[in-house]
Amino acid sequence: MTSIASRKYRWRTPSVLPGFGLTFGFSLAWLSLIVLIPLSTLFLKSAGMGWHAFLEVGFSPRALAAYRLSFGTAAAAALVNAVFGLLVAWVLVRYRFPGKGVVGALVDLPFALPTAVAGIALTALYAPSGWVGQYLDPLGIKVAFTATGITVALVFIGLPFVVRSVEPVLADLGKDVEEASATLGANRFQTFFRVIFPAILPALFTGAAMAFARGVGEYGSVIFISGNMPGKTEIAPLLIVTQLEQYAYDGATAIAMVMMLISFAVLFALNALQSARRRRLGA
Amino acid sequence: MIRVENITKRFGDYAALHGIDLEIQPGEFIALLGPSGSGKTTLLRIIAGLEFQDEGHVYFDGEDVSDIPVGKRNVGFVFQQYALFKHMTVADNVAFGLNVRKARHRPSKAEIKARAEDLLRIVQLEGLGARYPGQLSGGQRQRVALARALAIEPSLLLLDEPFGALDAKVRKDLRRWLRDLHKQMGLTSIFVTHDQEEALELADRVVVMDHGRIDQIGTPEEVYMKPATAFVSHFVGETNRFPDGRHVRPHDLDIVSEGGEAIAVDNVFRKGAVWRVEGRLAGNDTIVELDLSSDRQPPAIGETVFIAARRSLTFAS
Amino acid sequence: MTQRSVGTESRATQIVLILLALAFLAFFLLLPLIAVFSEALKQGIAPFLDAVSNPDALAAIRLTLFIAAISVPLNLVFGITASWAITKFSFPGKNLLLTLIDLPLSVSPVVSGLIFVLLFGAQGLLGPWLAAHGLKIIFAVPGIVLATVFITFPFVARELIPLMMEQGKDDEEAAVSLGANGWQTFWHVTLPNIRWGLLYGVLLCNARAMGEFGAVSVVSGHIRGETNTMPLHVEILYNEYDFVGAFAVASLLAALALVTLVLKTVLEWRFDLHSGARH
Repeated sequence: MTSIASRKYRWRTPSVLPGFGLTFGFSLAWLSLIVLIPLSTLFLKSAGMGWHAFLEVGFSPRALAAYRLSFGTAAAAALVNAVFGLLVAWVLVRYRFPGKGVVGALVDLPFALPTAVAGIALTALYAPSGWVGQYLDPLGIKVAFTATGITVALVFIGLPFVVRSVEPVLADLGKDVEEASATLGANRFQTFFRVIFPAILPALFTGAAMAFARGVGEYGSVIFISGNMPGKTEIAPLLIVTQLEQYAYDGATAIAMVMMLISFAVLFALNALQSARRRRLGA
Repeated sequence: MIRVENITKRFGDYAALHGIDLEIQPGEFIALLGPSGSGKTTLLRIIAGLEFQDEGHVYFDGEDVSDIPVGKRNVGFVFQQYALFKHMTVADNVAFGLNVRKARHRPSKAEIKARAEDLLRIVQLEGLGARYPGQLSGGQRQRVALARALAIEPSLLLLDEPFGALDAKVRKDLRRWLRDLHKQMGLTSIFVTHDQEEALELADRVVVMDHGRIDQIGTPEEVYMKPATAFVSHFVGETNRFPDGRHVRPHDLDIVSEGGEAIAVDNVFRKGAVWRVEGRLAGNDTIVELDLSSDRQPPAIGETVFIAARRSLTFAS
Repeated sequence: MTQRSVGTESRATQIVLILLALAFLAFFLLLPLIAVFSEALKQGIAPFLDAVSNPDALAAIRLTLFIAAISVPLNLVFGITASWAITKFSFPGKNLLLTLIDLPLSVSPVVSGLIFVLLFGAQGLLGPWLAAHGLKIIFAVPGIVLATVFITFPFVARELIPLMMEQGKDDEEAAVSLGANGWQTFWHVTLPNIRWGLLYGVLLCNARAMGEFGAVSVVSGHIRGETNTMPLHVEILYNEYDFVGAFAVASLLAALALVTLVLKTVLEWRFDLHSGARH
């Protein structure tokens, strides 16, 4: 018989190390103060608006056009990044070439460069008189001040997410797996599409989804190149700012709420998908 | 018949193989035995076409395959860490080699499925086809890797340290099972190992390698009883080396009442069916190990006894 | 180079793929970077110097440094305490805590600013109370600090947690068994083990703190010389068609980004952080 006293429930596994109360308490307090309480005001404010008002401002035609634009361009950019991010990761992991170290470091530029700087630089390049724009303009291709321009900015912002997500998985992929495929008679294409690609697909998908999530909320790099025409090239984050400038707090809140819920739903679905896959493969 | 002729391989300045010659008869089970760095895995990979020799040729049935890519050599290769495709089911892993064939050589879907099931039955994994490799034990994965290699009906089966990643018990069971499977199928097979027990138990002939050279090719009996070099003698079994250059296995030494050499006994313990006696030669401290039959009275620790060799070997240095 | 090898492409294919990747990177990453410096120096060095030594620009630089000097240490302390609690102890709800720490990464910068406006703005929950006590947070420096701390919240913790998880707690347990107290254990055992990872996190945190635009833009009010950070100053100059001025200030930020990248790369190479693909 075990004595009752020795089986007292413990929330935390006992440890000889000190400092749990202090560090955990401080972390939780700071997290609440900086993140949880401020974020919850968004929910409070939304709840206070009532369904009718929320739907009216959160799904006005102008807001719907902004969501379509933000989610559409973010998806297009994520797709471009999935393709080229994979290519860049592949080349960086698999091949040797001069300047590889510099190229590898440059991939993180979008993480380090302030978004506003990226925004004005891209606009300078793609404006009809810009370095790149002047060659595209005569061909009838307009990049700056169109959805294409927004996509270009989001490709810039999202690229490192894909590359950095795929790189380690590609590097860890055993050489023996590819050799096994070759001994079984598969050619290089079959090996890539049947063996390598399925193995890196989850990482590619995660990277693209992170690029997408970031792209949907992106503001600084987009507003300079987008042209900001309501209903046409006005992204959702800009619409929030516009509403704020007009002291339309309800509108700003409702749009922010809708965006955040969609982003969370995407991330949640992604996590669920990943863990389902892990369970299935028994890894 | 597999013939390897004058194979030389360098990695940068390091010569992994020097002029290797080897002939393997159809149906033989060959062990490439040697310590790490002896070049045994490199030789196996060159035969498979996973690595390319700098000099020399590999012939399969008289045909020079040196320029034939790995996928066309029709060899089954079992990798040390199995290299199973984690995202495919066990059945899909086994069927992979058939699925990647060009359409006109590819069996029908039903045939492929039947073949995979057949192979899984042979490797005693019946009913596990729908699992993923991550859900199997080490020994099961090893057998999936084998079934996958056999699916392409190879003319030669190559295994790189096939039991290296398994724990002792599974290793023993699988060893026996692989030997039986080879007897049944009669497929020419070469495996690489650093474990002399494994090589002596399984192989028809053992190729002992050291520093990129073959020291000896022979039956297990030959390499154990008539080692060609001191290295072979020491690598395939325990060997005492006496100051006068004789090499003697512990079980070839006996304690005698007079004559022979004196040793001071340091330790005596039971080693399975025999007594193991450890001592030092009087005068020069050379450590000597000998096995004494269990029905004999072992000497006491600290005692000085006389030993004599029933059989000894000397090698030209 | 070996003449041929299984499991890789022919050299010709490799070269095509490398060139394709480099062309893409040159177009999307390198060209914008070059454009910043080239536009900044378009009319020579004098207008560039004028633009960056203008009193408003100097005020913006000072403010940006000030904001970073406050928010980076705050997140540093948080990062260390959170990592200690999470990696040295096991308790239920740990995964939830990890998710909550990452939360700011999945919130649009604009929304990050908005929540502080909703909380502290004139119309906000605490607005009337703040007004009654003469405190100003939104459209003032405290608001910018808050928004920056929010945005950079996970940066240090995210670097430290995987690192400390990997290192386990054997060293700390050994120190405690030898009689060290908690602070001594941290200072003499844990900190030396994590210092480079910590520096890496601080570097990324600082880059983001100095460069943040969206969140800061919402809470700042854009008051020249008072609540204008460098990125906001870039925007104002750009919208006034002072392109040389805008790019001049932008080039300082770009230089900061380059320094960050260089230090980051050095840390990765020297100390094997994020060793994933580079070897």
